[in-house]
Amino acid sequence: MSVLSRTTELVDPVPGDGAPHLPAQPDLVQLLTPEGERVEHPDYALDVSAEELRALYRDLVLVRRWDVEATALQRQGELGLWASLQGQEAAQVGAGRAMAAGDMAFPTYREHGVAWTREVDPLHVISMFRGVDQGGWDPVATGFNLYTVVIGAQTLHATGYAMGLQRDGADAAALAFLGDGATSQGEVNEAMIWAATFAAPVVFFCQNNQYAISAPIERQSRVPLYQRASGFGFPGVRVDGNDVLAVLAVTRAALAAAREGSGPTFIEAFTYRMGAHTTSDDPSRYRLAGELEEWALRDPIARLKAHLSRTGVADRDFFDAVDAEGDELAVRIRTGTRGMPEPAGTEIFDHVYAETTPELAQQRAEFVAYHASFEEA
Amino acid sequence: MADTTTLGKALNLGLRRAMEDDAKVVLMGEDIGRLGGVFRITDGLQKDFGEQRVVDTPLGEAGILGTAVGLAMRGYRPVCEIQFDGFVFPAYNQIVTQVAKLHARSRGRLPMPIVIRIPFGGGIGAVEHHSESPEAYFAHTAGLKVVAVSTPADAYWGIQQAIAHPDPVVFLEPKRRYWEKGVVDPDATPGPLFGSRVVRGGDDVTVLAYGPMVKTALQAAEVAAGEGRSLEVVDLHALSPLDLDPVYDSVRRTGRCVVVHEAPVTLGLGAEIAARVTEACFHSLEAPVLRVGGYDTPYPPAKLEEDYLPDLDRVLDAVDRSLGF
Ligand SMILES: Cc1ncc(C[n+]2csc(CCOP(=O)(O)OP(=O)(O)O)c2C)c(N)n1
Ligand SMILES: [Mg+2]
Repeated sequence: MSVLSRTTELVDPVPGDGAPHLPAQPDLVQLLTPEGERVEHPDYALDVSAEELRALYRDLVLVRRWDVEATALQRQGELGLWASLQGQEAAQVGAGRAMAAGDMAFPTYREHGVAWTREVDPLHVISMFRGVDQGGWDPVATGFNLYTVVIGAQTLHATGYAMGLQRDGADAAALAFLGDGATSQGEVNEAMIWAATFAAPVVFFCQNNQYAISAPIERQSRVPLYQRASGFGFPGVRVDGNDVLAVLAVTRAALAAAREGSGPTFIEAFTYRMGAHTTSDDPSRYRLAGELEEWALRDPIARLKAHLSRTGVADRDFFDAVDAEGDELAVRIRTGTRGMPEPAGTEIFDHVYAETTPELAQQRAEFVAYHASFEEA
Repeated sequence: MADTTTLGKALNLGLRRAMEDDAKVVLMGEDIGRLGGVFRITDGLQKDFGEQRVVDTPLGEAGILGTAVGLAMRGYRPVCEIQFDGFVFPAYNQIVTQVAKLHARSRGRLPMPIVIRIPFGGGIGAVEHHSESPEAYFAHTAGLKVVAVSTPADAYWGIQQAIAHPDPVVFLEPKRRYWEKGVVDPDATPGPLFGSRVVRGGDDVTVLAYGPMVKTALQAAEVAAGEGRSLEVVDLHALSPLDLDPVYDSVRRTGRCVVVHEAPVTLGLGAEIAARVTEACFHSLEAPVLRVGGYDTPYPPAKLEEDYLPDLDRVLDAVDRSLGF
């Protein structure tokens, strides 16, 4: 069978033709069906306690709440932009919770759910989208690198970081996040070659949310993305990105393999971007409402909630308590965003170098004098 | 029939006309087809010209420029859209080592009539990498020509002229001015692609600008006029090659010159212009050529961009300093 005929169900969506994005998925790792039924997978056993299940649910709900609040704040003019993670909560929480304390995440600009699991303050992420700073968190202390907006660049950083871990004999791995669109960048391909060549302890976690802005996945690849990995010489896995348990299991296994010296893994988390690319985008120009309806049936939070209810792991009180916590988080995000101090103009000159230059110091002094001249006037 | 239209729409109309005029014109870029580009500059063109001529590419700038080279070798005229200034760098290698050099290396056998459209500059409150002014990198590269448009009419004609031009042209579009309106007369005779234009006459100080800063310079001239100072404003338009004869004529009259751009001052276009004006007009100068531009820092977060970008006050401050010599 030719490569093309194998993937003929993956066709460019044509407005009016219905939702083409749900092909049969024989290779998809799933531990929780969209209906919330627990299923087993031969390669990925997962032992999770009731407490862990509840904690995962809490993560998903709070992360979505954060996202909803941030989107609203952008609409109210409080943020310049927001990149919504809606629909991708399970992929991000599952991947983030699979990480150990010493591991390092290399996010794109959409990994708010991973930030959450690394205990990055949501306000430190929001400050970047408000235009206050370039991300307010400490990448070293949190094990969560700063966001990278230039598509794909971070995959090489993660690989180099992993090469460092390797030299140090550290029991840790790097987790590189990337989108489906990013797989077309030359730098991402170089990252995978480097990682393979040096058996670097790095895991490439690709959220295939089916779009790169308006470009559907077919614009980037004629084979399912996870199959690309074999060409680079390491394993590729496609996991149901809306199934937090499957993502947790698959990412844990991949990170463990990396730490043990077995080299990289490419994980394709098959998911869907429920929102616009960012608040600047209008997806009605390039995709059909029918797609959304179909993917809404695979919602990552609803399926875990169904599972928790059905198995009696959580009850109404628990769900109410998580919602109440969400309300508190929302208030904190709203007031914290509105109350962020305006940065001082002189911050432009700070931290440009470890050792500032006389020229820059002079520009700073001129800047201060220039602004003072308005106050005198 | 002259019409009032935005700069963005004027580009769209200019692209459309270039595509009608020459079947070899192919547009390439990320999200330019069905979406019409993130700024809608190519809106409707894929619908009317088809997917072979308006290509939604995979996500890779090196790919866009590298394949443009091959298409150019087959006689096509690729017009590449880079989504934002800060994302041109994955293509930088192809632009600098290949696009810029192939004509010379092949002794003219491989012309590279490629247009690289880049929305550039700040002032739109964007996140990192969406507000850069990379013109000096390209103007410093032999083999490339660089143009920055400032008005809808300029955009309409400029894009058609750039596409028809036989050499590679880095075509800089002032993204914060995309929504500004002006008259476009398709029956008019356009100015030259590589020509500067005096856009306001004056006697006291010559102010040079291009792209988004032309409007700022004109606003400064208006305010200065109210204070009894007469500024002559020149829109450079062509950054490589520079067309400085009109500038020399002006500076020989005013004796003073201020260059304005958003890009950092150090080794920016202003440095080259200051050197040339000084050489050509040395005996007429009453003051050194002054430069107003961005600081030598990374482009700051949105809340600080007003502190970073040259504005009317900073232009007037430089005018005052020039007059103070
Ligand atoms: C080098 C580069 N080119 C273009 C862009 C503009 N851009 C921002 S996001 C995006 C699409 C990314 O798609 P994907 O990798 O699938 O990630 P997603 O946004 O879907 O999470 C593009 C083209 C960029 N940020 N960097
Ligand atoms: Mg995507």
